[in-house]
Amino acid sequence: MRYLLRRVGFFLLTLWAALTLNFFLPHFMPGSPINTLRAQTKGRVSDAQLEQILTSFGYKPHANMFSQYFDYLGNMVTGNWGVSLGSSLGTPVSKLIGESLPWTLGLVGVTTVLAFLLGSLIGTIAAWRRGGVVDSVLPSVFVVTSALPYFVVGLFLILFMTIDNTWLPSSGNYDTSIVPGFSPGFVGSVVKYAALPALTLLITSIGGWVLTMRNNMITTLAEDYIRMGRAKGLSDRKVMLNYAARNAFLPNLSGFAMSIGFVLTGAILVEKIFNYPGLGYQLYNAVNSIDYPMMQTLFMLFTVAVLGALLICDLVTVWLDPRTRAKG
Amino acid sequence: MTTLTSADSATPQAPAGTPAPGRRRGRGGVWRSFLSNRKANVGFGMFFVLLVMAVFPSLFTSVSDPTAPARFTPRLTPSGAHWFGTTSLGQDIWALFVYGAREPLIIAVVAGGLATIVSVLVGVSAAYLGGIPDDIISFVTNVVLVIPTFPLVIVLSAYAGKPTLTIMIAVLVVTGWSYGANQMRAQALSLRNRDFLESARVRGERRSYIIVFEMLPTMTSLIIANFLGAALYSVLAAAGLQFLGLGDPNSDSWGTMLYWADSQSALESGTAWWAILPAIGIAVLGVAFALMNYAFDEISNPALRPVRRQRGRKLGTRRRPGSVRTAAIAGGGAGNE
Repeated sequence: MRYLLRRVGFFLLTLWAALTLNFFLPHFMPGSPINTLRAQTKGRVSDAQLEQILTSFGYKPHANMFSQYFDYLGNMVTGNWGVSLGSSLGTPVSKLIGESLPWTLGLVGVTTVLAFLLGSLIGTIAAWRRGGVVDSVLPSVFVVTSALPYFVVGLFLILFMTIDNTWLPSSGNYDTSIVPGFSPGFVGSVVKYAALPALTLLITSIGGWVLTMRNNMITTLAEDYIRMGRAKGLSDRKVMLNYAARNAFLPNLSGFAMSIGFVLTGAILVEKIFNYPGLGYQLYNAVNSIDYPMMQTLFMLFTVAVLGALLICDLVTVWLDPRTRAKG
Repeated sequence: MTTLTSADSATPQAPAGTPAPGRRRGRGGVWRSFLSNRKANVGFGMFFVLLVMAVFPSLFTSVSDPTAPARFTPRLTPSGAHWFGTTSLGQDIWALFVYGAREPLIIAVVAGGLATIVSVLVGVSAAYLGGIPDDIISFVTNVVLVIPTFPLVIVLSAYAGKPTLTIMIAVLVVTGWSYGANQMRAQALSLRNRDFLESARVRGERRSYIIVFEMLPTMTSLIIANFLGAALYSVLAAAGLQFLGLGDPNSDSWGTMLYWADSQSALESGTAWWAILPAIGIAVLGVAFALMNYAFDEISNPALRPVRRQRGRKLGTRRRPGSVRTAAIAGGGAGNE
């Protein structure tokens, strides 16, 4: 219990640190956001309106820093994220995020879980058949694929799959001629459009799982209880999955949580290459149009995503591993 | 390697009865294992070719100012004069590629090196100070570790305007040190109470001496592995930033080249090499660091090595769980049988 409280405490403190960083960065970086924005929104909004927009995301040029800071913290927590200053000027940030969140969740969520499970399985088998064909070839292959940048893999997939063959679409999230809804045609189109970005993420992220799982398994396989299991005459399958893999899997869980951060990286680059309208694409657009409220909110959400995943994995580990409970 | 030698010659009075763990490995240990590892050799070979290209670009191409626009006819197909054609801005693609190797290599080595130095300083001092300073340092490290790096790098570069090379490197170091610092702290903690450090303490050596000449040499392979990891991160992150248009658009590097190729629709407009060459370059540089890094994992953790080389060592004779790295170091010579 105390362990969990400490984890929640870490969650809150880190979130606060990230939010604070997020607040002070634009204030102390060279170049005033107000001037940039004034130049950028020239003619489109009046000075008074501009001031109001700035105020709505916690940037009040005339208020003192402390009250600005506390207003900002309050706004971030309550969801008053201000209005976008990008191409859809004046639209609430929360609305834009609501529109793109499902796409990222679908694409990145499904691919991450898939890569994690598939990679762990391959790693388990590779370590179990130590010295076999799988084990000698795979590590090198996966060291290479996990070092490939997302955009390189994406470019090559576009090159081979769409330019020459037009097998799969390389841009967008669904065929716009189909009316969105739960029809087979629409769902099919969503899957088809997600195929290449998903494949890109899968190719680049699976290698890490294979390698860490293989390495954990090799260490675990040296333990006495594995020999014990064998001596008891249990089936190979049972020893491999229930004895070895189960224990080798645990350290991977926290790695899985940490990887959410890397996956978001992938999402930004992959969504940009494939023009996939998720959160990553929003961040790209926000940076290009110097849309501060959008940038701040997205960065906050990404941090919450990583921290949330980390907390959930802690909970799962406590549940699966009695030793962490005992330590409490 | 020089630190290792100086450590040996500087402590002739080390008690003969207790051979310092790790010291045994001597000068050639890590290096020899590196040379006999196939992944390391392939990785180093790739790196070396790129290095030669970056240092002596004029050996590879006669064009000396590749970024100057409109020097040649735009969109030429590959020919004897232009091996990979020209861009839609009238630049020679091969020359762009050759000169473009410089910046990623500088970023890899400088950013990776600085991040590693920060990791070692932070990690080792946290472990050595202990108590409240350790709690504070560790907390900060953990916070930096979990904040999603790439979005932070993007936001930072956006606030910095189009960043110069120096700012880019600074941003990469600020976001890239935490992972290593955690590892260094763990390793230093496990070393803290070893006999050879105890004996140095009894001899009355100063703290700084113990850390620099007694502790760090035993951490060599971890530090190198860390540098390779940090370099890999820097290369990929910098290329990603430049690809998104957050680099200096006038600079000549593979990431910038990809950015221009992408924004000029190189794939669709018949100048595909414009995008393919830098993509291959970034991939090769990344893979080179990843291979060397994995090789160092194998060197410091003998259990991971390809199994054919350790035949005869069956299950059960292995070491305790969780101490593979320390075991490899305490075993000293275990790395180079």
